[in-house]
Amino acid sequence: MDESKIEKHTIAVLVDNEPGVLARVIGLFSGRGYNIESLTVAEVNNADHLSRITLVTSGTRMIIEQIKAQLSRLVPVHRVHDLTDEGPSVERELALVKVAGTGEKRIEALRLADIFKATVLDATLTSFVFELTGTTEQVDDFVGLMAQLGLVEASRTGVVAMSKGASGF
Amino acid sequence: MPEQKLTGAQIIIKALKDQGVDTIFGYPGGAVLPIYDALFQQNDLRHILVRHEQAAVHAAEGYARSTGKVGCVLVTSGPGATNAVTGLLDALCDSIPLVCVSGQVPTHLIGNDAFQEADTTGITRPCTKHNYLVKDVNNLARIMHEAFYVARSGRPGPVLIDVPKDVQFADGIYVPPTEVKHKTYRPQVKPEIARVEEAIELIASAKRPVFYTGGGVINAGPMAAKLLTQFVKTTGFPITSTLMGLGAFPASDAQWLGMLGMHGTYEANLAMYNCDVMINIGARFDDRVTGKLSEFAPGSKKIHVDIDPSSINKNVVVDIPIVGDCGAVLEAMLTMWKARQKRADQAALKDWWKQIEGWRARNCLNYNRTESVIKPQYALERLREALRGKDHYITTEVGQHQMWAAQFLPFDQPNRWMTSGGLGTMGYGLPAAIGAQIAHPEAIVVDVSGEASFLMNMQEIGTAVQYRAPVKVFILNNQYMGMVRQWQELLHGSRFSQSYSEALPDFVKLAEAWGCVGLRATNVAEVDEVIEKMLAVTDRPCIVDIAVDPKENCFPMIPGGKAHNEILLGPEDTPSSATPEDGMVLV
Repeated sequence: MDESKIEKHTIAVLVDNEPGVLARVIGLFSGRGYNIESLTVAEVNNADHLSRITLVTSGTRMIIEQIKAQLSRLVPVHRVHDLTDEGPSVERELALVKVAGTGEKRIEALRLADIFKATVLDATLTSFVFELTGTTEQVDDFVGLMAQLGLVEASRTGVVAMSKGASGF
Repeated sequence: MPEQKLTGAQIIIKALKDQGVDTIFGYPGGAVLPIYDALFQQNDLRHILVRHEQAAVHAAEGYARSTGKVGCVLVTSGPGATNAVTGLLDALCDSIPLVCVSGQVPTHLIGNDAFQEADTTGITRPCTKHNYLVKDVNNLARIMHEAFYVARSGRPGPVLIDVPKDVQFADGIYVPPTEVKHKTYRPQVKPEIARVEEAIELIASAKRPVFYTGGGVINAGPMAAKLLTQFVKTTGFPITSTLMGLGAFPASDAQWLGMLGMHGTYEANLAMYNCDVMINIGARFDDRVTGKLSEFAPGSKKIHVDIDPSSINKNVVVDIPIVGDCGAVLEAMLTMWKARQKRADQAALKDWWKQIEGWRARNCLNYNRTESVIKPQYALERLREALRGKDHYITTEVGQHQMWAAQFLPFDQPNRWMTSGGLGTMGYGLPAAIGAQIAHPEAIVVDVSGEASFLMNMQEIGTAVQYRAPVKVFILNNQYMGMVRQWQELLHGSRFSQSYSEALPDFVKLAEAWGCVGLRATNVAEVDEVIEKMLAVTDRPCIVDIAVDPKENCFPMIPGGKAHNEILLGPEDTPSSATPEDGMVLV
């Protein structure tokens, strides 16, 4: 095993939904110099007050193992799952993309949005706001194309992920 | 039992009592007045008033490490809490169980820049094991009991509970400490038997084994220390320990190699370097111990017993990791070893001991004894002789004197040695000694100190006088921040930048100003008498100023970034090559 190879991992963490938990997780990463590529969090179980944090991080194998061990040791953390290690999983990101323009560029933007299966959330004679859901690569491609067609602003959620199959995380 | 309705302040007091607490160290302030009022109106919980909140936390650490109980602290909001931060981080680094209650401004003023308001939970998040902000008085009792559970379970550590003043005044329901079944935090205590089996096989096959033990054995309780001793004696293997683990195995035993690491003994470090099986029980492969990681114990197989899974494979990749409490794992190992009638290769072991005896013969702790100036090692040797046969507790400050104390003062039992290892906090020793003395009023407690460290929390002499705690402050006064001076000599061309102790007070007069006994030794002939007089004082603190050689450096030393076999034994030893850049940047 090449111990210096950098790996990218998607980790899902089930935590108590209480004030300060996110600060605790972020503080852990910043305090120990670990990398956060994206992070998203929301309550997933209202009755038990549980939230799911999905984060994408990168590092050597030893660092990834340390990150998981350090997360597990936080008192409000219930479970830590490395979706990259644990088997097949699906990942999606959502983006809202505002594009302004007229003429050829406007027509091309709408044509590409159709190809990418983006929906139009807002339309004026000189602008659109598109909603796109897809893999990170697809969203990157779409935003990259719009950048040449009058992109004004893009807002992205970061990755949410889930294991495939009936069980698992 | 019917639930009782009490004020928040009363709930805190009752929770502490129900958790078996009889002593709390603290300092009052506006945001904790309700709690101090409740304290005044009861007699079961004793409050020790310190002179600085940092000292309250260090005193609670000394109390905790010398008794095995959870230490308790009470401080006010704002500056009270921030003054406690150093102590809390010290407890986190050395895994000391503490519960600290801090006052906070009323809930409706939080976030409003109120008087003496600080984001205590934000500030202490990275320096505590866990912390809480109690916004509803009906959660207070449960949180208090949970805090104790978190502080003492798994790898112990400090827990802070921030309680706003209106919550302290409010009426709430008290809930007793039923078996706290924490929903998420349940550390693994018992080891996986399969791992223990693998470990036993590896241990039995060893030709050059060594036990490397640490603070985890102390934290697991006196029973763990007894089991360790039994296991080591049964196998006949050599054993070394980190700074934090001293006392788990009796230093007077022939199998004891001395402390290992940056200032450890020659034989301990070479045994680690040359071993083929390393048995780590409750230590964390800290950088003071490993030296240059890429050359640490090359060619050895390693077993690592630790209750904290994140400690395993953090710095050093090990072959057999075992997650569990040191006591539980040692019991499993010893039982299996005896049941399977295991025995290591006696002939190989004999050869190994022969090699070790050769290293021991170097007598690495030797120093140039002279009659013209008191050597710090000499002062500690005489202290050792005077304490022989008497039960005693030792705390230290930080620096050269700390390393010499670890080298020259032997410990045959756990919980007698209190020092700031992970954080290395100057100003720890005196308040920790007070905490240990409060826990053991009849015992001899000596704080081995340096003159620079002593100044950091010297106001605590007042605390010791108030509570008639006859701590003995044994100052090895070399007029410098010795360890800083040594590194400046070794790595920075002897440019002694800001490391000279200018404007020192007369320590004898200082002691007398507080109504204590002050003693001084300036030549070799005076040392024994001064120590005898110091030990004879039993009703008040004693400050002893021993003028020692300012130029003495602490050896052995493994310079930063070097491997164990590049150990320097004395001033004549020059490093084989210039210290590499990654060694220079190591503290």
